This record gives sequence, C-alpha cells and structure tokens, in this order.
Amino acid sequence: MYAREELLACSIARLIGDAGHVAVGAASPIPAAGALLLKQKKPSLRLSFLHKRKGNPFSEGSRELFDLAGQGRIDVFFLGGAQIDGQANINLVRAEGRRFPGSFGSAFMYPLVPRVILFREEHSPRVLVPKVEFVSAAGNPLALLTGKALFAWQKDRRRFRLESVHDGEDVRAQTGFDYDAPPSVPRTPAPGAEELALLRGAVAREMAASYPDFARKVWGID
Amino acid sequence: MTPDELAGEIPDGALIGLPPDYSLVAMEAVRALVRREARALRLLGVPQLGLCADLLIGAGCVAEIETSAVTLGEAGLAPRFTEAAQQGEILVRDATCPAVHTALQATEKGVPFMPLRGVLGSDLIPGRPDWRVVQNPMSADPDPILLVPALRLDVALFHARWADEAGNVWVGRRRELATIAHAAQRCFVTYEEKRAGDMLEDELLAPGVVSSTYVTHIAPAPRGAWPLGVPDLYDIDDAHLMRYAKAARTREGFQRYLDEFVCTPAKSSSPAASPA
Repeated sequence: MYAREELLACSIARLIGDAGHVAVGAASPIPAAGALLLKQKKPSLRLSFLHKRKGNPFSEGSRELFDLAGQGRIDVFFLGGAQIDGQANINLVRAEGRRFPGSFGSAFMYPLVPRVILFREEHSPRVLVPKVEFVSAAGNPLALLTGKALFAWQKDRRRFRLESVHDGEDVRAQTGFDYDAPPSVPRTPAPGAEELALLRGAVAREMAASYPDFARKVWGID
Repeated sequence: MTPDELAGEIPDGALIGLPPDYSLVAMEAVRALVRREARALRLLGVPQLGLCADLLIGAGCVAEIETSAVTLGEAGLAPRFTEAAQQGEILVRDATCPAVHTALQATEKGVPFMPLRGVLGSDLIPGRPDWRVVQNPMSADPDPILLVPALRLDVALFHARWADEAGNVWVGRRRELATIAHAAQRCFVTYEEKRAGDMLEDELLAPGVVSSTYVTHIAPAPRGAWPLGVPDLYDIDDAHLMRYAKAARTREGFQRYLDEFVCTPAKSSSPAASPA
C-alpha cells in the first residue's frame, strides 16, 4: 500500500529526470518530496527550496532565483494555477468573480525555465478549463501532473496528451479541456519498494522540517 | 524615535515599498500606521505582500497596491485584500516578481527603464500601460523584449536585526530590503537591538548592512516583526497568523482583531519572547 502523495512524488522524480538544478516554490509540498526523493538516488542534483524555514539557498535576496533563471541556471521549476487551460496557460489572478493572490514570478519563470512541470492536485472541470479567464503566464511545459493523471505537452500541436491515469479511472469528464489520448490509457507506475523506503525514511525526515503538516498527514512524523 | 513617531513621518498618499512576510517586515510600524489612521497609501510589494498589506487594506489605509501577489502563505488567502480587490475598493496593479525587482534596480542605477526577459504572452502586459514591449535594438533578428520603467518610492519601510551608532542597519541576506532602501527617497527602519560602533568596519557584518547613506530614521522595536519572524531570533507565529486569517474573514472579526492587537497600545505588543 502507498499514499497518493507518494505516487505523485515518484511521478515528479521521474519527470525531473536528468536535470541538474531544480527550484521548488511554495506551491505544494509534493514537488518538494519528489525532488528530495530523486536527490536520494542522485546526490549531485542541486535543489533550491525557496521557502525553507531554516537556511536558504540564496544570499542575494529574492531576486537571485530570477537572475539564475534568466541565465538558464535553473533546469526545472513547478507552477500551478487556480485555472489551467488546454493551451497550457495558467491563471493565478482571478476567476468567476474571485480574486486569487496573484501571478508571483510565473510570468517570468514559465517561458524561461526549460522544464516547467505544471502541478495541481485537484483534477476537476473547475480547475482544468478550456480557456483561463486571465493568463498569468504562458509557456511550453514538460508535463501537467494532477491528483488523477499525467499529461505530456505536445509543443507542435499545442495540446496535451494523456500519458497515464493514477487509479485507472477515465478522467475525460473531470477535465474541462480537450486533449489527445491513446486508445488504451496506461496506469501511472506505482511506487517501488526502494522508492517507498526512501520516501518514508530520509525524505520524510527532511520534509518534516519545512512542511510539518504534510509530513504528519502522510507519514505520521512529528 | 518610537515606531508611532516613525509612522507619523509617513504622509498620507505615500508610495511605500514593503517586503514579503518572510523578509523582516516592520509590523510594529505598520500597526502604528493603522493607529494613526493613515489614508490613501500606495503599497509596492517587493516582490509580494502578506499580513502587513492585509492589515493596512482592512483598516482603510490603502488606495492602491502594486504587487506580484498578496498571500498569508500557510494561513491561506489574505482575506481583507481579497474582499477589497473583489469589490473594487482598492486599485490593484498586478505585477510579476522580477518586474518589481527590475523597476527598483533601474532606480538604483539612475536609468529610466530596464529590460526584462519573459512575461510576453501574459495578460499582465495589457494591464500595464506603463510597461512597453520593444524590439531588442541590439539584435538584427526579431526579438521582442519587455521594458519596465524605473520606480522611485517615497518611502521604504522594513525591520532590521540591528542598528548601530553610525546609523547603519543590518538585514543579513535579505538584500531586497537594500534594493527598497536604495530606490526610496526616505527610508524608515525599526530594529531589534542597538550595536556599539560601526558595522561597516566589521568584514563579517558589512555584507548584510544597509548603510546610513540610505537610512532616514530608525526606531527601536524589540520583537517588532511579530507575528512574523526574524531569522535566528524568533520564528513566524503560525498559530497567530491562522487566528488572524480566521478572524479577518469578516469585517467584524477584523475589527475585533484590530481592537485587541493593534489599536489598544497596552496589548499591541507581542507576547513575551520565547526561544526561537
């Protein structure tokens, strides 16, 4: 048995692949868990966590992340959205009369970081819409990972393609935008024994320092 | 000078640069702005804002805000900002983090604008008539690039770990505070502790100093960032932030919060220090 968060962290680790430098923002602890999992297997991976409570990878203030990205020194970054549409635009500003916090650095990071992974746990027609109400940022992502499915981005067709589903359920009705899909959609690979051992050991301990609520919920660590 | 006297030096209508919740916010001076019923302030989030903006907006002190986001982090949406923005009570100029840094860096250098990569394709651009997309004049190939105008602040306001006898303040690695100070006509700083001597004479401390060249007034405010934190001194008070986020969901709850923690001087300071 494994938690959904563990499967998502394993998917994140696979998506990061052979990247050299991964930056993780505040959006969700799951990208952080995935990056820490990969670091266990590949110690040379450089991780810059923006919202560590103790310590900080930067010494030049909050602009250093953007200066690094502007030079191409960040390979992977994670973005989410109140809405994400079928053209891979993200909206962090407003929808259905509701105001959200704002675009943060997304408008800059999305086009400049070579591998942006869109991540949003909620997979519903409310979030995955045909057209966002406000384009905070536009770009060509590596993939879109949700709590139910993994989509690859087809840059030439500007359309998502469904790669796998986590629970075997059909997600078409839960997805507000149109996308391509193979005739038979595979299941997202389950975490292996080695991955689960790493997640529940070293990764869980590191996560507890910066994301105590998450570590308590998923692994029962205090 | 006290934080309240310092807040008295900030005029209504001023354009104030403020840091995010994780970066040495002068919360006691912000509470003093609420107490003195400041009006029509214009806030710039460098590059985003949190509790201080929500308090000022809820208390009716703010006319305009430019920022890349307003958030209470783990405690969720900033409720007074959210309602004021939804009801059109304040003007919100949406930005993106590096555009804010770049606009202030242009002022630091005394140049009228600076270019910034990215952002093209974002709806932020049609919302910002002050931004300009031009052809890169250095390139023979088509290469559109965004220009952001230099942004000069009336006031920089932040908190520091130390001030010294020479009038310098120490903010450590929070270099965005130096950028705010460099780009402001007047800079007001509250601080935890006074140090003897001149920190610029100390090689280890000097890189974290904002020099007195830029600092207009300082005011002592022990635990002055509470309920936010100061690294190695005290952590952000998560429980208090959650309490604020809950209370401020309604105007009545927000008013009760102000009465208890902001407007009654005896209760406006933080609880006794606990080891961070």
